[in-house]
Amino acid sequence: MNNMENMIGAKALMTAMEKEGVKEVFGLPGGANLPMYDEFARCNIRHILARHEQSAAHMADGFGRVSRKPGVCFATSGPGATNILTGIATAQADSAPMVAITGQVPTPMIGKDAFQESDIIGMANPVVKYAFQPRHASEIPEVVKKGFFIAETGRPGPVLIDIPKDVQQNESEMVFPDEFKIQGYHPWADPDIVAVEKAIDMLMHAQKPVILAGGGTIISSAFAELQAVAEALMLPVVTTFKGKGAFPENHPLCLGPIGMHGHAEANKIMSEADCVLAIGTRFSDRSVGTFEEFEKNLKIIHMDVDPAEIGKNQTAQLAVVGDVQMNLRIMVKLLLQKAIKKTEETPWVKHVKETKSYWQENLKLHPGEMGAAKLLRKLREILPKESIITTEVGQHQMWASLFYDVIQPGTFFSSTGLGTMGWGFPAAIGAKVAKPDVPVVDIAGDGSFAMTENSLATAVLEDIPVIVFVMNNFTLGMVAQWQRTFYDRRMIGVDQGKYCPDYVKLAESYGAQGIRAESMDELDKAVRDALSSDVATVIDIPIDPEEDVLPFVAPGTSLKDMILPS
Amino acid sequence: MWAILSILVENKPGILFKVTHLFRARDFNIDSISVGVTDNPEYSKMTITTYGDEKQIDQIVKQLDKMIDTVKVERLDEHKTVYRELSIFKIKLSNANDSMEINKLTNAYGGKVHDVKKDSIMVELTATPDQIKAFEELAKPFGIIDVARTGVAALQRSGAE
Repeated sequence: MNNMENMIGAKALMTAMEKEGVKEVFGLPGGANLPMYDEFARCNIRHILARHEQSAAHMADGFGRVSRKPGVCFATSGPGATNILTGIATAQADSAPMVAITGQVPTPMIGKDAFQESDIIGMANPVVKYAFQPRHASEIPEVVKKGFFIAETGRPGPVLIDIPKDVQQNESEMVFPDEFKIQGYHPWADPDIVAVEKAIDMLMHAQKPVILAGGGTIISSAFAELQAVAEALMLPVVTTFKGKGAFPENHPLCLGPIGMHGHAEANKIMSEADCVLAIGTRFSDRSVGTFEEFEKNLKIIHMDVDPAEIGKNQTAQLAVVGDVQMNLRIMVKLLLQKAIKKTEETPWVKHVKETKSYWQENLKLHPGEMGAAKLLRKLREILPKESIITTEVGQHQMWASLFYDVIQPGTFFSSTGLGTMGWGFPAAIGAKVAKPDVPVVDIAGDGSFAMTENSLATAVLEDIPVIVFVMNNFTLGMVAQWQRTFYDRRMIGVDQGKYCPDYVKLAESYGAQGIRAESMDELDKAVRDALSSDVATVIDIPIDPEEDVLPFVAPGTSLKDMILPS
Repeated sequence: MWAILSILVENKPGILFKVTHLFRARDFNIDSISVGVTDNPEYSKMTITTYGDEKQIDQIVKQLDKMIDTVKVERLDEHKTVYRELSIFKIKLSNANDSMEINKLTNAYGGKVHDVKKDSIMVELTATPDQIKAFEELAKPFGIIDVARTGVAALQRSGAE
């Protein structure tokens, strides 16, 4: 049934968003989106003011990943719109549901190089799942309905709705549709029972099978199903970095992430495997190393919601297209029907467990008190298991991958595809808005935090008490590591030392709490204080600028060519 | 290998940009492209010819299919498809015999002669890209002044689905 009402476009937008269940949005006002902003005064949607449109988009992204509903961000036209592009591209690279709403110059001015005009539709098209530009106010209700549907279904992604100012202001008879048709969009494939049966058969006949769980496992919340399959078939589980935490990392079958900075045991076992059930992964170069080497002597069963991913980077012997949770559920059912439950450890599983033990005991760590592994293990020890982690991008991110064990699936989020420095802090704010009762910690480096540190203003103004855990080596650490490793220690443009702000004072200047932790005791106290604080807290932890992230699979090499700590 | 793709898209502004951008972003090649509205004004039909190995062509089809504005994407079997391209050549006339020779050549290829001037002649040829290429090779010695080609339009024969 459709509801009809007379109203202006901006009010129709808010009404349509309320119908979609939107309660919070992140954004910044400007000339071209003022009619929309005026409507915030008359609706039940909370507007959270960001300090930069890119941060607003990252907040929406973090909200979307945690809530599994599209996060919404607002920006004005021109520079406001161009500022959110990095945030949109980040969401696209990690398949995060988002709806970005931009103001645009009035329709008669489009194409006239008007003040604050940018062709945001043209610019954004390559990095959105879809983009709309309604040219008449009456189109808004259906555009919003379609936009939210596209953003959150199938393989999620960002949708842009660019609304010219006159379209916001014009009054029209509005029809809020309950149903609509998008001819070329088929987000759901029917579950493929035959393929799932074949997959079981392949896994049963393999000598050295593994599961590779990717980000799609987390997106579809297929945690219980993944665990049931792994335990029934006694399959070791490795993950991609984006899939980190799809499977509890304290589980005996879990080996953690593979890839450039994957766990040694995960890379080793993945290299030895003869059959892989790859779930919701696009086989990124960062995860698998060289494509040709990865698929050599390996039978690949590729389970993914996006048919275009099948055969893109790796050749699959078997494709299982569709929602991974649905197909894994079928797998669990079939295993139960066939009474398949392995109880005896195969020689392969024994070898996997021995390999895991060996590397956990023999991986050399930084000897100092404040080495990265010790810091992150301390953080894990203190935080409740349901705590949500976001990360920035750089060495700290990879250390988090290596040394912070995710116990409760679906509580670890990072910019893994685009690798956007500055993502973690605003994303943590968005995550905290989505789940206010859970501690949210952004594991950060000094370089990344510098990019969106002004989100402290949002965290304080809006009472969003997140924790920023800054592993501060006063350096753009990952670049510095590459310069040490591949460029004969020619350190160019990486030393932030002299110009790195005092993050404790910086936090205090925003009205947040700043704590410096220079010993393990101080760190312990700082984390506990931050957890009980009702304001955002920045914990500044000076670390050794020379500490490298190891193991390391250099670009253009394979997983078995790991560089290990000496 | 050479492949013919037939893509039914919604007839909306910006679709051509999206499709061609997809080719650029994914590092695929467009050999030729032609677009026109169908008998139903809600849709346009794009015909794209491209080169690639089997894996690349498969990816192109999948990526096009993934686009929300594409309604139907088909890879056409060239042996079961009627495909043609329109080309117009402006050819130099150097002596009195040239005009006659070019007329013969044009007739052999089923083309039409237009706009005969003292020093040039225009030929319209609708044929497969291979035939156009062959005509071009034979016309080259006379001196090709200019050429315009439309790109391939293609439809699968009935019963070949």
